[in-house]
Amino acid sequence: MITLPFLILFPAAVAALLLLVASDSWRRLIVKAGALIIGIASLYLLFITPEAGPEFFPVAFEPLTGLMFLAEMVIAAFLIYLGIKYKKYLAIFLVLAQAALLVYFETTAAAGVHTVPNLFIDQFSLIMALIIGIIGSLICVYALGYMSTYQEHHPDVRDRRRTFFFLMFFFLSAMFGVVFSNYLPWVFFFWELTTLCSFLLIGYSGTGEAVNNAFLALNMNLLGGLAFAGALLYLAFVSPGGQLLEISTLIQSGHVVALVPAVLIAFAGITKAALMPFSAWLVGAMVAPTPVSALLHSSTMVKAGVYIIVRFAPVLTGTMEGLIIGLVGGFTFLLASAIAISQSNAKKVLAYSTIANLGLIVACAGVGTYKLVWAAILLIIFHAIAKSLLFLCVGTVEHRIGSKDIEDMTGLIVRMPKVAVMMFIGIAGMFLAPFGMLISKWAAIEAFIEAQFGLIFVAILAFGGSITVLFWSKWMGKIISVCPVATKVENGIPREKWIALSFLTAMTVFICLAFPVISSHLIEPFVLSVYGQTARLSQDNITIMAMMLFLLMIMPFSMLWYRKSTKVVPPYMAGRPTTPDMHFLGSMGVQRQVNLGNYYFEEVFGEKRLFMAGTALCFGLILLMGTLTAGVAL
Amino acid sequence: MILLENALLFIILAPFIGGLVAGIDRKLTARMQGRVGPPLLQPFYDVGKLLQKEQIVVTPSQHFYILSYLVFIVVSGALFFAGGDLLLVIFAFTLAHIFLVLGAYSSYSPYSFIGAERELIQIIAYEPMIILSAVGMYLVTKSFFVWEIMGSSLPLILYLPGVFLGFLMVLTIKLRKSPFDLSTSHHAHQEIVKGVTTEFSGPMLARVEIAHWYENVFLLGFIYLFFAWSPPVAILAIIIVYLLEILVDNTFSRATWKFTLKSSWIIAGMMGLVNLGVLYYLSAVVPV
Amino acid sequence: MSTLSKSPWILHYDASSCNGCDIEVLACLSPLYDVERFGIINTGNPKHADVLVITGGVNEQNREVIKNLYHQMPDPKVVVAVGICASSGGVFRECYNIVGGIDCLIPVDVYVPGCAARPESIIDGIVKALSILEEKKEKMALPVRVASGGEQ
Repeated sequence: MITLPFLILFPAAVAALLLLVASDSWRRLIVKAGALIIGIASLYLLFITPEAGPEFFPVAFEPLTGLMFLAEMVIAAFLIYLGIKYKKYLAIFLVLAQAALLVYFETTAAAGVHTVPNLFIDQFSLIMALIIGIIGSLICVYALGYMSTYQEHHPDVRDRRRTFFFLMFFFLSAMFGVVFSNYLPWVFFFWELTTLCSFLLIGYSGTGEAVNNAFLALNMNLLGGLAFAGALLYLAFVSPGGQLLEISTLIQSGHVVALVPAVLIAFAGITKAALMPFSAWLVGAMVAPTPVSALLHSSTMVKAGVYIIVRFAPVLTGTMEGLIIGLVGGFTFLLASAIAISQSNAKKVLAYSTIANLGLIVACAGVGTYKLVWAAILLIIFHAIAKSLLFLCVGTVEHRIGSKDIEDMTGLIVRMPKVAVMMFIGIAGMFLAPFGMLISKWAAIEAFIEAQFGLIFVAILAFGGSITVLFWSKWMGKIISVCPVATKVENGIPREKWIALSFLTAMTVFICLAFPVISSHLIEPFVLSVYGQTARLSQDNITIMAMMLFLLMIMPFSMLWYRKSTKVVPPYMAGRPTTPDMHFLGSMGVQRQVNLGNYYFEEVFGEKRLFMAGTALCFGLILLMGTLTAGVAL
Repeated sequence: MILLENALLFIILAPFIGGLVAGIDRKLTARMQGRVGPPLLQPFYDVGKLLQKEQIVVTPSQHFYILSYLVFIVVSGALFFAGGDLLLVIFAFTLAHIFLVLGAYSSYSPYSFIGAERELIQIIAYEPMIILSAVGMYLVTKSFFVWEIMGSSLPLILYLPGVFLGFLMVLTIKLRKSPFDLSTSHHAHQEIVKGVTTEFSGPMLARVEIAHWYENVFLLGFIYLFFAWSPPVAILAIIIVYLLEILVDNTFSRATWKFTLKSSWIIAGMMGLVNLGVLYYLSAVVPV
Repeated sequence: MSTLSKSPWILHYDASSCNGCDIEVLACLSPLYDVERFGIINTGNPKHADVLVITGGVNEQNREVIKNLYHQMPDPKVVVAVGICASSGGVFRECYNIVGGIDCLIPVDVYVPGCAARPESIIDGIVKALSILEEKKEKMALPVRVASGGEQ
């Protein structure tokens, strides 16, 4: 069984190669070939993943754990160096604390551990691997086109593309490591690698803002890492033999033993998934080049956070702590969606929508019944695809029109028709009926009703879901409004961008058609093997949704029918003579132009207000959870 | 279990019922205002006329959105009457409404643009309450399928009085009646001309009107569900509710968007959630 | 008689009227006259309207507006000039700023005289316009279609 270590090591190898290669044409070749191989290798996993239960592959190579410890120390030293350089003392403190815990773990607790660390794969790991392998590598391909334009547009940013692509591929490596490792200290190692990669990528441009935001991300994720390290220590003390350091045994060991480490790890997951009160780092990460945002939001980083929480859902379910984690997720969903209404920066809207959806996933995983875990995994899949598509679209638009403000995207359908249609499909994928995200939300409503205290979550979904409709549709409306005079600026988009965009658009639609198959072959077996029972949508509903999707796909052809037959008149301007580019004479004979701007409801859904509320609420909940867990632990 | 013949009946009959209801509505409104009012069949004359008019557009893509709007309204309504999943029906209606909003956005006209924004506010104002109504029905009947809710022998209204009141509140928004006819209205509407429908004319406007009829029949069907255990009571309830809506329509002046959003969320929260909470608590403690 | 004449929706435009005729036009909507009996609705929107009701004469300020409104109405459409000013310019005919009646700008189908025109005669004028509307509809159906007005 070579594919798992291959998937962990190969991207790292590609990354190392990219660090060495300076020539742009070679880089293009290596990135494309590497992405292709990673994509194929992750698809190959489909054929070797066992139907029932996870399969384990022991890695009997003794020095590996030692090497990882060494690497962690080197990373710590590196971070401390950067911390001193930029005078970020909180980061230094956190790194030191974490290093101290690790050293303590290695010197005292790990001595007694004599389990052979192993890699494993089951359907959930497989799903994650597919997301990382396919979407992640597509984003890397896209980054080729993006970064060359980026460097042209930002001459002040030092061209460190070698490091950039090194980090992108290394990130994939670390992510594969997170989802394939069964041995918790290894998960932790890869976990810290993702923190490091995201930290460096966010700070890529080196501006003051970028450095600050990078350190913000670092601090928050280190805080989570600290909790993770705490979980390792706790486990090492509870089971000196180290059997419980394996995820598979830990999950089966029941509430009494596993709850404390599960809560600690879930806390780490909450920081990584950028739920409130830790959402600020993901919003701040917007300063990074767009492919980084796409990577962070869809296939890596935040998905590692929700992955680990969904993994531990069987432990959390039915406990007070699980409910609180669920509530943190639920409130994050509600408030982040509301904040998204007040944002006009497309990347910020996407960021808040990501935070909201991660909140929803964590809400599902925290309450953690089998139906909810099913819904959570669906959400992970659909969100990854649609969100990466949207980020890449925004990145493309940004480079052509020079702005990522939604207000500047008026009439995108005229100016950049193909990209606008792709963006349209991506947005539809995020909230409209036969598309993925809505199916998952629907499944979540049905599942929450039966869960304990589920009514709170149903209410959150009812209100939060409709809020989502508002901010997506007004964005949609902006891009499809046909402004009469506009020049087309779609030429000159590099081919790499088109490849990634077309693939992701096709996948957004395809995944909706294929979702019954994905559910029955991947999600249901996983849920079945963990819980002994599984959820599914009824056959009738699947048929109806397939019909709706089909209808949606044929509706645009009605345009052909109406093509020529109708008379076109300008919009009603109260009878005022208006030029085709919407200029008219206002009162006192002043020439004015029509400018249509969306509502943002700053005073109702303002970022500051709601963020403060969310932070206070979720912080309180987490404190409560901490107290409860401490009570259990002591 | 999907009842295809019911869906077919809906598709054929709903425009007639919806048009007739609209006719009665206009007649009654006129009488309340001390006028004689138009003939009962006036809505059909209007749509007939619109279909005969020349089609003018601001942008040809309006056709696509409005046709999709009509088609998805019909599909969603048919799904409801076929006994489908109530949540899916609600989501399908949202999809349809998004098409109407997009149609308004596509024309780049100031009036329809404001109409579109207001329509979106209306959607977020009524949607939570509608979903909570479906959830309430689930809590009583243990099913989201309309045919099972229909077949339930329990008087839903006695279990869900708060939800029903909340639903009535948002029904006013859905029926485009004052005080919540923000985005477009049947009556003179000079402040944003005709809001969301400003730029639709001729046959396209006829399609919007027909879609509205279909939707109204669905809404009446939704009221029916609360009283499904006894059809005569249900029909009486529908008549009373609709009369009440007409009365409200003629009594109140138009509200602002803030008031609309706030009041409908507060009512949904107070009436709907409290009602559901009690039910939830009871079903957890005393199994029904 | 098709549904066309059972549902005439009007667009009322005050060109340069003294408001006398406008009050009478609005009086038609009141319970006393209740033009909705005939399916008549006052829409504020040329795109929905079948009948353009204009009061007052053409001046330099509203010239473009009238043309604009007229062109934004879908065929078939009729124009009713209400009051003497709309019909011919009336007492303002010789004013320096008045161009004349509405028919110097767009084709008018029905002239309703009066200063101000009485609601009865306004209703009468609109009902007369309806038969013209039907005629125009039939002309539209003819194979040879005359291009309707110049595009802007």
